Formats: sequence, C-alpha cells, structure tokens
Amino acid sequence: MKKGTTLKRILGYSGKHIKYIISAMIFAIIYVSLTLLAPVLVGQAIDKIVGENDVDFRGIANIILVLLFVIVGAGLFQWLMLMCTNMVSYLTVRDMRRDTFKKLNSVPLSYIDTTPHGDIINRVINDVDYVGDGLLQGITQLFSGIVTIVGTIIFMLALNVKITIVVVIITPLSVLVASLITRATNKMYREQSVTQGELSGFTEEFISNQKLVKSFAHENIAEKQFDEINARLKVCGQKAQFYSSLSNPSTRLVNGFVYTGVGIIGSISVINGNLSVGQVSCFLTYANQYTKPFNEVTGVIPQFQTALASAGRIFSIIDELDEKPDNPDAVNIQSCKGNIEIENISFSYAPEKELIKNFSLSVKSGQRIAIVGPTGCGKTTFINLLMRFYDVNSGEIKIDGININDMTRDSLRNLYGMVLQESWLYSGTIRENITYGKPDATDEEVIRAAKSAYIHNFISRLPDGYDTFISEQGGNLSQGQKQLLCIARVMLCNPPMLILDEATSSIDTRTEIRVQKAFDKIMQGKTSFIVAHRLSTIKEADMILVMKDGNILEQGNHNELLAKKGFYYNLYNSQFAGNN
Amino acid sequence: MGCGITLWKLRRFLKDYKLQLILGPLFKLIEAVFELIVPLVMADIIDNGAKKGDAAYVWRMGLVMAALGISGWCFAIICQKSASIASQGFGTKLRTELYKHINSLSHKEIDKFGTSSLITRMTNDINQLQLSVAMLIRLVTRSPFLIIGAVVMSTIINFRLAIVVYIATPFIAFVLYFIMTRSVPFFKMIQKKLDKTSLLTGENLSGNRVIRAFSKQKSENDKFYEATEDLAKISLRVGRLSALLNPLTYLIVQIAIIAIVWFSGGIVYTGSMTQGEVIALVNYMTQIYLAMAVLANLIVIFTKASASAIRVSEVFETEPSVKEYTKNPIEINPDAPKIEFKDVSFAYDGDYDLRNISFSVQKGQTVGIIGGTGSGKSTLINLIPRFYDVSKGEILIDGVNVKDYSFRQLRKQMGIVPQKSSLVSGTVKDNMLWGNKDATDNEIISALKTAQAWDFISKSENGINSVVNQGGKNFSGGQKQRLTIARAIVSKPQILILDDSSSALDFATEANLRRALNSNIEDTTKIIVSQRVSSIKNSDLIIVLDDGDMVGIGTHKELLENCETYREICSSQLSEKEASV
Repeated sequence: MKKGTTLKRILGYSGKHIKYIISAMIFAIIYVSLTLLAPVLVGQAIDKIVGENDVDFRGIANIILVLLFVIVGAGLFQWLMLMCTNMVSYLTVRDMRRDTFKKLNSVPLSYIDTTPHGDIINRVINDVDYVGDGLLQGITQLFSGIVTIVGTIIFMLALNVKITIVVVIITPLSVLVASLITRATNKMYREQSVTQGELSGFTEEFISNQKLVKSFAHENIAEKQFDEINARLKVCGQKAQFYSSLSNPSTRLVNGFVYTGVGIIGSISVINGNLSVGQVSCFLTYANQYTKPFNEVTGVIPQFQTALASAGRIFSIIDELDEKPDNPDAVNIQSCKGNIEIENISFSYAPEKELIKNFSLSVKSGQRIAIVGPTGCGKTTFINLLMRFYDVNSGEIKIDGININDMTRDSLRNLYGMVLQESWLYSGTIRENITYGKPDATDEEVIRAAKSAYIHNFISRLPDGYDTFISEQGGNLSQGQKQLLCIARVMLCNPPMLILDEATSSIDTRTEIRVQKAFDKIMQGKTSFIVAHRLSTIKEADMILVMKDGNILEQGNHNELLAKKGFYYNLYNSQFAGNN
Repeated sequence: MGCGITLWKLRRFLKDYKLQLILGPLFKLIEAVFELIVPLVMADIIDNGAKKGDAAYVWRMGLVMAALGISGWCFAIICQKSASIASQGFGTKLRTELYKHINSLSHKEIDKFGTSSLITRMTNDINQLQLSVAMLIRLVTRSPFLIIGAVVMSTIINFRLAIVVYIATPFIAFVLYFIMTRSVPFFKMIQKKLDKTSLLTGENLSGNRVIRAFSKQKSENDKFYEATEDLAKISLRVGRLSALLNPLTYLIVQIAIIAIVWFSGGIVYTGSMTQGEVIALVNYMTQIYLAMAVLANLIVIFTKASASAIRVSEVFETEPSVKEYTKNPIEINPDAPKIEFKDVSFAYDGDYDLRNISFSVQKGQTVGIIGGTGSGKSTLINLIPRFYDVSKGEILIDGVNVKDYSFRQLRKQMGIVPQKSSLVSGTVKDNMLWGNKDATDNEIISALKTAQAWDFISKSENGINSVVNQGGKNFSGGQKQRLTIARAIVSKPQILILDDSSSALDFATEANLRRALNSNIEDTTKIIVSQRVSSIKNSDLIIVLDDGDMVGIGTHKELLENCETYREICSSQLSEKEASV
C-alpha cells in the first residue's frame, strides 16, 4: 500500500472525530500564540524597570495584569488541546482495534488457519498502539511546532529582516544534520532489531520448552547458543545506541553555532548602528526558541514512519476479503431431520493437490458415520466441508433436500454440535463456558448437562463450583476435564446433528465408559459423524468412511469393508498384530 | 522511591563498567558547565564588544564560543559512548545470568512463574533496565546540576528575589510528583486492560472454529467492544490527569516570573539591582523549569525500571527446589534392580498426590502405568529424572539414590517423551541431535524407523533435513508424537519413558511402534504411561494407580484376577475376547 493512501485511511478513522481535531487545531493556534506573546510582555515589563529611581510601577502593573490573562489562557488552551488530541487518539485506537477484531470473525477460516496467530495479535495490540502514539500525538506536535515556527518568524521579522533571514537559513542545518545521522544509523538499528528479534525468538522457544531442555540435560548447549546471539546483540546494540545518540549533541552543536552567529552578526550590526542592544538579546531568545520546534519536528519523523508501517499492517488485515456472504435468499433453518445427501463433491485446499474427488454419500436421519484412517489422513477436511468452514469446489451437500449453500451459515452450523480434538475453552467461569451456545440456560439445565457429561461431581468439588474461573486456554484443567466441559457445552444445546472429533481420546478410561453411555444417549435419533479410534464405535457405526491421505478410500459398514479385504481390512488386522 | 533498593541489588551487573559510570556523568557535567558559561560569554560580547564598538573583540569571543560548543560536543560524545557501552553491556550480562538461573530452576518454580512471565522478564524487563542505566549515565548529573546551579546563581544575584525561586521550585517538584504518582496506578490498569484485549484476540483466533460453530461471532465482537471501550475510558481518564502536567507547571513558572518582575521593580528603584540582573533571574527560572521536566521523565523511567528490577530480582532470588548434590564417585550396583521405588510419597503442596509407592523394575523390562485422570501417573514418572523430589521414601537407579547423581548423569541415561510433544524450530535432524549431538544420519534414520516416523519423513523432499517450524506446527499431532519418540530413542537411553505419548496415533501405528520398541531396543528399560489398556497390556509389569495410591501391580493376567480397578478399565475398552487374550 502506498504511504499516501495509508495516511488518508488513518485520517479517515480520525475523521469520525473531526470536531475534536478541528478544536485541537484551533486551541493549538491560540495556545502557541499566547506562549509566544508572554516573553514579549515580560520584556516590555522589564523595559520599564530601567534603573535607580526610574521604574514605571503603574506601567508594570498594567502589563502584569495582561500577562496574567495571557498565561492563564495559554495554560487553559494547552490543556484543552491535549484533551482533544487524547480523545481523537484513544477513540481512533479503539475503532481500529474493533474493526480488525471484527474482521477476524468474518474472514474465511483458511486465513486464520494459515496466518501465525502471534502475528495477528501483535497487530491488534502493538501496531494499533504505535498508530495511536506516533501518528496522532505526532500530528499535534507537528502542528504546534509549525505554528511556533511561523509565529516566531513573524515576531522576528517585525524586529529585523536581515538577522531573521540569517536565522531562517542557518537553522534548518540542524534538521539536516539530524536526518543525516538518522539515515546513517538506520542500518544499525535494523541490525539491532533483527538480532533482538532473534534473541526474543530463542528465549520464547526455549523457555516454553524448559522442561524439555531439562529432560535432555540440554542446558549447556542452550546457554551457549543464547550467549552467542546475546554477544552479537551486545555489539550491534552498543553501535546502534551510540551512533543514534550522536544526533542530540550534534543538533545542539549546530544550534550553538546559530546562537553564536546571531550574537556576532547582531553585535557587528550594533557597532554599525543598525540594531539596539535590547533587540540583540531579544533575537538571541528567539534564535533559541526557533530551533526547538525544529528539533521536535525532526524527532516526530521516525515515530511517524513506524506508525505508518504499523497502520499498513493493520489495514492489510482489514482489507482481507470476507467469507463469501450468504445468498440473499438463504434460508434460516431452525431444525432438521438429519437426512444428508452428499452428491459428487470435490475439494482441495490448494488447486494443484486435489483431496476429495467426486465423492457421494447418502446419510439417513439418525445414522452414525464413523470416519476412520491413519493419523493425518485429513479427517478434519470432511468436517470443514460439512460445517462450511470451507466450501466445496464442485458438487453439493444437502440437508433434508436443501443445499447447504442455500442456508445461512449460522443456522447451518447451529444444526451441528461439535466436540473438537483440541478442546477450546475461554477464560471465564465454568458456567460461562458451558452456556456458551445457550447463554440464557437455567441453572438446572446447566447442571443437567454437566451431569450427563459426568463433570458435575468434579465441578461441585471445586471451592467455587460452577463459578470457578478457568484461566487462559483452560490451563488449570486436565485434558480430560476440558473435553468433558466441551461435551457438556454441546449437550446443553441439544442440536439435531453431531460431529465428534476423537472426542474421547484423552479422557481417562473410567470416565470414558460413562461418557460413552452419555454419547449413546445423546446420539439417539441424531445424525452423527464420529472421527473414531475405538473399535466398538467403529463396529456399531451404520457407515464407515475410510480415509487416507485426504482421500475417501472406502465406505461401507464393518462387515462389508472386511469382506472387501482392502485398506480397512489391513487396518483392522494390524490392531491385533501387536497382541500376538 | 523505596523500590530503589531493588535497583541497587542489581548493581553487581555493572561492576565491569565502573570506568564508564564515572566518566559518563563526569563529562556530561563538564558539558553542562560549558552550557552555563555560554550565556556569560555572550553577555561579555555585548557589554565589551558591541557596546564599546570593538568588532575584533566580537570576533575573538565568537570564536571562543564556537570552541566551547565544539569541546562540549566532544564531552557529550564521550558520555554517550560510555552510556552505550555500560548499558548494553549491563543488559547483556543480566540476560546471560538470568537465562542461566532460569535453566537452574526446577519444574516447580517454572510452573510458579509461568513461561510467558519468564519470557517478559527476560526481554521487556531487561530492556527497561538497560534503558534506565543509559539514562542514569546521561542525565543523572546534568539535571540536578542545572537546577542547583540556577538556584545558586539566583541567590548570588539577589537573595531576596531568590526567595521566589525557592518557593516555586518545590511547587514544580510537587506538581510533577503528584501527577506522576497519581497516574502510575492507572498505567497498571491500562496494561491489564490491554492484556485482556490481547487475551480475547488470542482466544478468538484459537477458538475460531468453535465460535463459528456456535454462531457466536456477534457476541465475541460485543465482548471485544466492551473491552476496548473500557480501555479507551481508562486511557481518557489518565489522559485528563497527565494533560494537567504541562499547563500547571507552565503556570507556576510564569507566575514566578511575574513575581520576580514585580518585586524587582522596587529593588531596582532603590538602586540595589540592575536591569540585566532581572533578565538573568527570569532566565534562570526558565532553566529550572526545563531541567525539572527532564528530571520528571527520569523519575518515570526509574519507576518503571524499579518495577522491572523487582520482577527480575524475584527470579534471581528463587532457589531451585530440586538441588544437585553430587557425591562422587557413584558406585553402581550391577545386581540391583534398574529402578526401585521404596515407599515413595509425594506432595506438590499440602495433600499427598502419591502415597507409599514401592516397586522395582529389572533391566530391559517394560512397565505399564495406567489409571484415571489425576491418578498420579505423570507425577510418578516425573520423580525418576528428579523434575520434582520425593517428599518421603527414596528412588534408586542401579542401586544408587537418584539424589546422588549429577543432573546430567541422571537425565542423560533417560529418554523422556512428554505428554505434550514439543519440537524446536530448525530441521528434523536438529531436533534429533538433542538426544545425542554426535548421532550419525544412520542412527537418526534407524530411530525414526523404530518410532514409525520414517515413512512420512522419507516421503518429504528433504528427508531428515526437512524444516520444523516453531513448536512443530507443520506436523500433525501424531507425527509430532512420533518425532519426539524418535528424539528420545536417538539418545540410546537406558530408560525410556513414554508419558501418554502415543495418544494421537491410530491403532495400527501404535501397534507397530510397540513391536518396534520391543525388538529394536530390547535392552532399554521402558516405562509406558497410557490411558489405553491395549498400549500396556503386554508389559512385564503393570502398575495401576487410583487417586495417588497403587491399587494393583502385576501382569495383565494377574491384575484381571485380583484388581477391581483394572478389570473395570479393561471392560470399558476391550471386548471380552480381547481382554482374556
């Protein structure tokens, strides 16, 4: 994206708060003018204190009265300006975050599956903050800086044109020096941030795997690797820090030259009779003041660049294409019998590698379909298609005779209850997690669901019962407990169809019997798809789909498939091979 | 600031940089002195040059000023150089030591801190401390010197007028201190709210399938809206407070200047002061204000740094609960059982999680451990490599108490495959070399074959040089488990521990794995923790755990006869026919 358009879009966001922006600008003009006026008034007051027996007290009193108004006004308007810019910046940050987050819930799932999550989080949190800090605070600094420069030039011109021209011409030198240093140090900075990133990456990976490091007694090797990166960081860190810290003293040196130059030219002018001593001292003050906003403005520029780059990253998420919207005449299905017709579907994640080809299947209401196959055979692909996480490339899937592409996605997904291989819980209470699909459920319903998932006893033993807080990713629960909660969550909604993805693989064996019973109960009369590992589940299924390498190899019931003596036959026999 | 003590504790990391710590501030001080001299030279130019019409004098003194500027620049450079050497060196040393210390901590302490918190301490906190050292060197002498210098100069010019300066200075200090201390708690709240939005984003990403399955996109958006609304509100509140800082200090300084001008009128009238001195006083007031603002920023940086220092020291002060006591030389008893538990009990804290466990395993035997969730299976095996220490009883390996081995001696003879399979970024080969850094490609391939991982590795284009992404994300759960098993086998362990690490494998692959383990590494003592009876039923010894107690021990056949819990487990998983085999 071009810098210009990025900037325009950020301004578009802030544009919603245009009244604050305009107010901020007006307040800035008033506040800067008043701050410039104050020293002039002080100077005039001092001019009235000429010497012994020569002080104009009434004159001083009058000026001081005006001065009081000026400084109170300056303070007040500065405060108002800051309040307005805060408003703009925080509200813009909020809106940008919201839009980015909202986008995450409307992009095709493939975007979320293929983009590193850490990267997205970094954009939503840090990049948005950089835009807020850099760009919006920067704009006010830039604006008041420019107003100060323009104001000072006007005041100086009123005093003496020649010296003004000297000041105006020499001062940008300091900006030039600063930008030269910045450009020269850019490379070192990049090197430093790359090395810093490398070290953070290493730290993150190895500290997360600390237990692994210990079990392999790998500490010494890890420390050596760490020290190597750390040593490199030290070298380039010292370089980058030193060279970039040159810019402050260097600009001060240039400013010092300007000050000296004004002093010399001013004094020579006094000798030639072109200027008064008082005017020279006034010029010296302004020469000092004039360089300050330049330094501030140059300081804002790198912040600006960071902000623009961050904004670019944020907009690249916001610009992602949405999931294809529901058809305008899509039906909102409330319930279904559960007859599924899969007609000649084909699907692939990437065009060059076709996964499912011309597959058809007819499932009657209440049937159980077991999906079987070796690890990594692509069982989840099938589920992705059923729930329209991904769309088929050709062919159609119908529920009770209606093409699922003609239903709203939300209503289609509500027809299924899903328990995934990796149980997802969010940080919140146990109750909130169970009622996720049905927030208005009564306590009795929640307890009933928990009881049928055999997790009620465990929950009631906890000190806070159903109000126990589950930390991030359900950290304080065991795998089995997490899965049971996910089952309870589905049981509460009681959807007409089920998708169970290796649901029982890590629940301990004794609970498993009970869960199995509960599942049998909940599956009664419901069309169910089970990614199955257990032989009994497979045997009891009305239909078994055997998958390998993403393809559906065979379909039929247990006896039919055994008779075929194909892949399933081998799979089945190999299970007993280990026991002989 | 009382937390300064914590900062002080970290001073040992600066001891190599004493020279820089003295030179940096010293040269900065000299530069500040020059800065104070420049206006005096300028006054001299005007009084003795301009007013007396001596152009040559103007030029001469102008050159002096330029020379002052250039030498000031040189001094500043020396200071900056010292600051960068000392601060970066300090940070580097701190990182090295902290990482070493984290490596010495045992599982208990790592669990207590949490990995994400340790990572922040390693990165953000140390960067913050590094910055504070740089600032210390650059600014710690300059600002106070300018303030004190200005106060002293005003006193010399006129004692009575200097009273205005005496009053105004603490006022400015108070406003700075008040606003800053008031906003610190808000900044903490903001950080918390920001963490919350980050948490929500992370959850939304990891649970996107579930969210869509329940059609909860809208309510997730609403939740996030609320969190960002909170964040914006708190930010605005603290913004209102900190927006007061500049206007208030500006007002105080200007009022002080007005007071100086007003009172000086009377003093000048009586003839005890000149007009030029009034100007000087006004300038000194402005200088105090500017120096104060810098000082305030310094205080903010140090407040943040002391919070970081506390977090870093906390890690340093945590002692590993499992300590290495090497009693060399160790005398291995060749006739003793390979592993022996003698009346072992263990508690994480409070109640016992394992009670009175005793058993022994001979070399080359396979042991199966089975039991429900939370029955103590993982806890039991974590005691063998001393990830935790027993609370009572003892564990012997080759007849020697595990506490008498060095960590390296003890852990190097084991291959441990954890429940959660984790791979590090690099290549498959890099990961395999963790087990044994001198392993040949052939050894690696044979380990991959035993672990049933060779079929998919050999199929990939780069074979054992295939890239592994962080956390092994480019492999499926089952593939990751097989790779971690292979990694453990590469180390040719005397004891192989599989902690429920074949759960994602299908029956056929698991059966092949079991057979390969039995025939390819028969001398290795194997401990297999599992939820599945089929994984352990052919073991030489099966231990049944229930809620921390060992409720059964023996072979499959024996346990079927005399262990109720085991029978229950079997009947839930196996058909009658399978169970009786």
